[in-house]
Amino acid sequence: MPGPMKIRATLKGSYTDIRVLMSHPMETGQRKVKGKLVPAHFIENITVKVNGKTVVEAQTSQSISRNPVFAFRVKGGNKGDKVEIGWVDNKGESNKTEAAVA
Amino acid sequence: MLALRTSAVLAAAALAIAAAPVHAQDEKKEIEKYQKMLAEGSPVELFELQGEDLWKKPQGPKHASLEKCDLGMGPGVLKGAYAHLPRYFADTGRVMDLESRLVHCMVTLQGRDYKEATKRVFGNADKPSELEYLVAYVVGKSRGVRIAVSTRNPKEKAAYELGRQLFHYRAGPWDFSCGSCHGVAGKRIRMQSLPVLDKPSGARHTYATWPAYRVSNSQMKTFQWRLNDCYRQMRFPEPTFGSDATVALTMFLAVTANGERYAGPGTKR
Repeated sequence: MPGPMKIRATLKGSYTDIRVLMSHPMETGQRKVKGKLVPAHFIENITVKVNGKTVVEAQTSQSISRNPVFAFRVKGGNKGDKVEIGWVDNKGESNKTEAAVA
Repeated sequence: MLALRTSAVLAAAALAIAAAPVHAQDEKKEIEKYQKMLAEGSPVELFELQGEDLWKKPQGPKHASLEKCDLGMGPGVLKGAYAHLPRYFADTGRVMDLESRLVHCMVTLQGRDYKEATKRVFGNADKPSELEYLVAYVVGKSRGVRIAVSTRNPKEKAAYELGRQLFHYRAGPWDFSCGSCHGVAGKRIRMQSLPVLDKPSGARHTYATWPAYRVSNSQMKTFQWRLNDCYRQMRFPEPTFGSDATVALTMFLAVTANGERYAGPGTKR
């Protein structure tokens, strides 16, 4: 079961700062434990929606660290806007969470 | 020829010495910038969230959660609890730090065996330990609270005194004490400058930002781990988890940091 996620979305005048923390091992597939390769396991796709409209669609790979942090800056926005962020990894596992712009 | 080469080396060395202070300043600033960036989006919050789940999860033979655990402010009171630890607990008759108290609650409230509860106190990146999650959650509840560790009780006073002695106690194959690195200003290990921990000036910030998430190995590190690893670096025998000695040393550092606003769980390089 994927670990927790946390979003912080703040209105900063003419734009909104969105910051998201995600729990994920982000295995590259090149690390060895006791001589055995740890299979690749990483987030492939991240989608950010504001009030149901997709504003960021990201394709990601192994170069990103474990428990990654992403920050986005979106034009406009209002307090209370619903921000939804979801990810899908290479094993088909996924997680999503939402928060309101503060 | 040899003389010429020596003078060239000397000249280079002199240059390096002249350039060093300026360089060190820049590097320090750059490292501070980097640390600030790290802290802005620290995965430590994820550990806090998972710790909260564990705190509320019924476990052990008694199928109980830790929600009634008394960390010194009354059963279940978390706000500011860490800022007052270690402290004397009348029910056990000893001074305890956060980790030893958490284990005490696992044993008394959840009915777990002490050995089982302390089997895996330090985890790794793939599988953090239960205590690491719990510590992140509990210390997060003291964010912004001033550290106020008491030495009023005679046992607290004794722990503080023992901690102070341990800090300066030189032993092991390298004849090191904590003070060998943390008792003189300007020491460093590679690029990491080392704070003077027996003075409030150095102890306050450092103590207030531990326990912490280590970015370089993606792990949440508890204060017991910090002490354990310092002793490893000094090549001492491994200190026992939650022992009076480790609690005393924590006590000494906490009291030295008294007055600082707690700012953890921190994020370290």
